[in-house]
Amino acid sequence: MSEKAVPPPPASAPETVPSVAARLALYQRAGGVITPLLTALIAFLIGGLVIIATTGKNPVSTYKAIFRGSGLSWLSPVSIHWDQFYPNKVEWTGWDPTNLTALNLQQTLIIVTPLILTGLAVAFAFRCGLFNIGGNGQYTVGAIVAVQFGIWFSGLPGPLHVIIAMVAATLAGAAWAGIAGFLKATTGAHEVITTIMLNWIALWIGSYLVGFNGPMQDPRQISAPVTRPIAESAHLHVFWGNPLLQGLHIGFFIALAALVVYWILLNRTTLGYEVRAVGFNAEAARYGGISVRRNYFLAMAISGAFAGLAGSIDLLGWQFNLDLTTVQSIQIGFIGIAVALLGRNSAVGILCSALLFGALLNGTSSRNLDPAVFRPELAGNLTRIIQGLVVLFVGADLLILYLWQARKKLWLRQGKRAEQA
Amino acid sequence: MSVRVERLQRAAWARATAPRAIGLLGIGLGVLALWLVLPPFGVRTAPAPVAVGILAAAAGIWAISRGEARLGGAAIVIAVVGIVGALLAMRASSSNLEGVFVWSALIAATFRWATPLTFAAIGGMFSERSGVVNIGLEGMMLMGAFFGAYGADLTSSWVGGLLIGALAGALLAFVHAIFSIHLRADQIVTGTAINFLALGITGYLYNQHYGNRGTPNDLPAVPDVNLKFLTHIPPHGLGQFLYDSIGQLNLMVWLSLLLLPVSYVVMFKTPMGLRIRSVGEHPKAADTLGISVYGTRYAAVTVSGALAALGGVFLSIGFLNSFTENMTAGRGFIALAALIFGGWRPFGAFYACVLFGFSSALAQRLPDLPAPESAAWPVLFQTLPYILTLVAVAGVIGRSIPPAAIGRPYVKQ
Repeated sequence: MSEKAVPPPPASAPETVPSVAARLALYQRAGGVITPLLTALIAFLIGGLVIIATTGKNPVSTYKAIFRGSGLSWLSPVSIHWDQFYPNKVEWTGWDPTNLTALNLQQTLIIVTPLILTGLAVAFAFRCGLFNIGGNGQYTVGAIVAVQFGIWFSGLPGPLHVIIAMVAATLAGAAWAGIAGFLKATTGAHEVITTIMLNWIALWIGSYLVGFNGPMQDPRQISAPVTRPIAESAHLHVFWGNPLLQGLHIGFFIALAALVVYWILLNRTTLGYEVRAVGFNAEAARYGGISVRRNYFLAMAISGAFAGLAGSIDLLGWQFNLDLTTVQSIQIGFIGIAVALLGRNSAVGILCSALLFGALLNGTSSRNLDPAVFRPELAGNLTRIIQGLVVLFVGADLLILYLWQARKKLWLRQGKRAEQA
Repeated sequence: MSVRVERLQRAAWARATAPRAIGLLGIGLGVLALWLVLPPFGVRTAPAPVAVGILAAAAGIWAISRGEARLGGAAIVIAVVGIVGALLAMRASSSNLEGVFVWSALIAATFRWATPLTFAAIGGMFSERSGVVNIGLEGMMLMGAFFGAYGADLTSSWVGGLLIGALAGALLAFVHAIFSIHLRADQIVTGTAINFLALGITGYLYNQHYGNRGTPNDLPAVPDVNLKFLTHIPPHGLGQFLYDSIGQLNLMVWLSLLLLPVSYVVMFKTPMGLRIRSVGEHPKAADTLGISVYGTRYAAVTVSGALAALGGVFLSIGFLNSFTENMTAGRGFIALAALIFGGWRPFGAFYACVLFGFSSALAQRLPDLPAPESAAWPVLFQTLPYILTLVAVAGVIGRSIPPAAIGRPYVKQ
C-alpha cells in the first residue's frame, strides 16, 4: 500500500506531424518568399519541358507569347527588345490606356478579380485547418443567385441593386459552404469529400435552372439554354476601358478590399484569433475554451462567402447572364486552391499569385494566344498542369529543405577539400 | 427548472433520433414511396415517389451508421423496392414507354456503374490501409480512362489499353507516394495536386491527339461475357431475367467481382496484408520488426493507383467507349466515401459501391420516364449519387474506424 503511485510513463510522444495550417503558419512567420518563388519556377520549368517533349516547340517563345497576351507589359513604360541591336532596343511606350496591351491587361485583371476572392476562400478555411475544395460550387451558387437578383429588382437605383445582388450571392455562397462546415462540426464528415460532392450538386442544380425549359431559362430564347440578362442597373461600373469591350469594372477594387478585410478579420479580431488557434492545433484550442465546432462552421461559411462574392462579381461585372456551358465549365474555384497555396495564405501573397494565374489564364485564352505559336486548347491544359505542379511542390516544403541542405553540405565538403589542399 | 426542462427535451430528442426510430421511419417512407402512386393518392409524376424513396434510403443509411444495421438495411432495400415499384406502376398505367425501366436492365446498369467505383475503392483500401490517404483516386481513375483509350487505340487491342492504363495510374500514384512518403508533404494537398495534374495531363494529351474529333469510334473495347446458357434455366422467365441482368456484363465487371475475394485474402490472410496493415496501424512497431515501412507504403500506393486506373479503363473502353475530358466526374471521391462507409474492408466497400452504383443507374434511367416533353427536372436526378454520398459520409464518420496511422508520414529513426 505504501508504494507510491508510479507516475505514468511519459506517453510516447506520438510522431507529431504538423497540420497543413501549422506548417503554413511557420512560413508566415519566416516570411518565406523563396519557397513560393522556387515552386513557381520549378512548375514553369517542368511546363516548358512538357512543351518541348510533346510539341517540339520552343518553350521560351511560347511563354513569351503567353506573357504578351496577358498585357502585363503595359505596366512598364519602356519595352525592351532583346533580339534587336542598340538603337531600337529600348522603346518608350508609355502608358497608353487604349492600346492592345491595355486591353489585354484589362482582361487579365478581370480574371484576377475572382481569383483573388476564390483564393481567399480557400485560404480562410485553411487558416482554420480546413481544406475547402468546394470553391467552385460556392462560386456557382453565388453566380446563380446574382443573376436571379440582377433580374428581379430591375426598378432599383444602380448602387442599391448591385449591393442587394452581391449580398444575396455572398450569403448564398456562405450557406452552401456552411453545409460542409455544419457537417464537419456535427458529424466530423471530412470537408474534402463533402465540398466536392456539393460542387457536383451545385453544377447539376445550376444546369437544371439554366438549362432547357429550366425555371431560369430566357423564355424569349427557347433554343438556347441561357438566362435572361440582368438589368442595366445591376451592372458594375466600368472605370477603365470601353464598357462595350469588357472594360475593367469596379469589382476589382472590391476584390482588393476583400484582401484587406481578410487580413483584418484574421489578424485583428477575436474571430480571427480563434480561427487561427483552431487551425494551429484544434485540441489545444478546445482546451483553451474555444469552440472548435463553431469555428469550423464559421470558417467554412466565411470562406464560402468569399467564393459566392466572386461569382456575383463576375456576373454583374462582365458576364451579365449565365448559360449552360458556363455553368458546367467553371474552374475558378479550383484555381483558387493553387492561388491560396502559392500565396501562402497571406493577403499579399494571394494578390501576387492571383496576378500570376490570371495572367496565365488570360495569356492562354484562345483570344490572346496565336494558334501558330501554340494551340490555346493545349495551353489551357498546360495551365492546369502548372497549377497541379504548384500545388504539388508547395506541399513539399521538405524538398526545398533537402535542396537547401544538400547545397550546404556541398559547400562544407568543398571547404574541407580546400583545407586539405 | 429550466435545466430540467432542457434535460427532458434532450431526452425526448434522443429518443426521437434513436437509430431504431429512424430505421423504422425509413421503412415507413419506403412503403409510402410505393403507396403514393397507388389509388388513394394516385400521384403520376416521378419526383414524388423518388424523393420519398431517397429520404427513406437516407434514413436507412443513418440507422446503419448508428448501429441499427438490420433495420437500416431493411429501410434501404424497401426504399429501393418502393422507388422501382412506384415507377413500374406508373409505367404500367402510362404505357407509352416500353422497356425503359425493367428490373433486369436496372440490375445490369447498377453493376456497370458500381464497377469503376469498386476498382477505385479497393485500390484506395490498399493505400489507406498502409497509412497513406489517397484523395488522388479521382486523378488516377482519369489517367486510367485516358491511357486506357489511348493505349487501346495505339496497340489496337483492349489488353494493351488495360495494361497501359493501369501503368499510367500506377505512375501517377508513384508520384503521390514520393511526395507523401519521402517528402512528407500533406497527403491531402498532394492528392489534390494529383487530381489537377491528371486533369491537365489527360486534357493536354487528349487535345493533342484527338482534338475536336474525339476518340475514334472503333476503339477496341473490353469484351462482354455472354452467358447464353442462363436462358435455359427453368422456370420460364427466370432464365431470361438472369440473362438480361447478369448474362451480358462486361469482362471487367466480373474482374471487379473477382477482385473482392482476392483483395480480401491478400489483405487479411497473407503476411503481405499483415505487413500493409501493420504499417498503417503502427509504423514504428512495424519498423522495429524489420518491415520496411517506406517500401510497403510505396508498393501499396502504387498498387492502389493501378487498381483505380483499371476503374477508369473500364469507364472509357469497357462502358462508354470513348474518352471525354474530366469524364470521371467525382467518382474517385465517391469511391473514397464508399471505402470509408465500408469500414476500409473490401466487401463493405463493395456494398456501398453497389448502393452508389444503383443511384447512378437510376439517375441515368429516370430521365426516360413518363414526363411532359418540356420538363426540365429530370436533370436533377444527376445529383442523386452525390447527395447519397454526402449523406453516407455525414452519417458514418466516427462510426467506422480508420487505420491508426492514416495521413501521418513516418520518420525513420
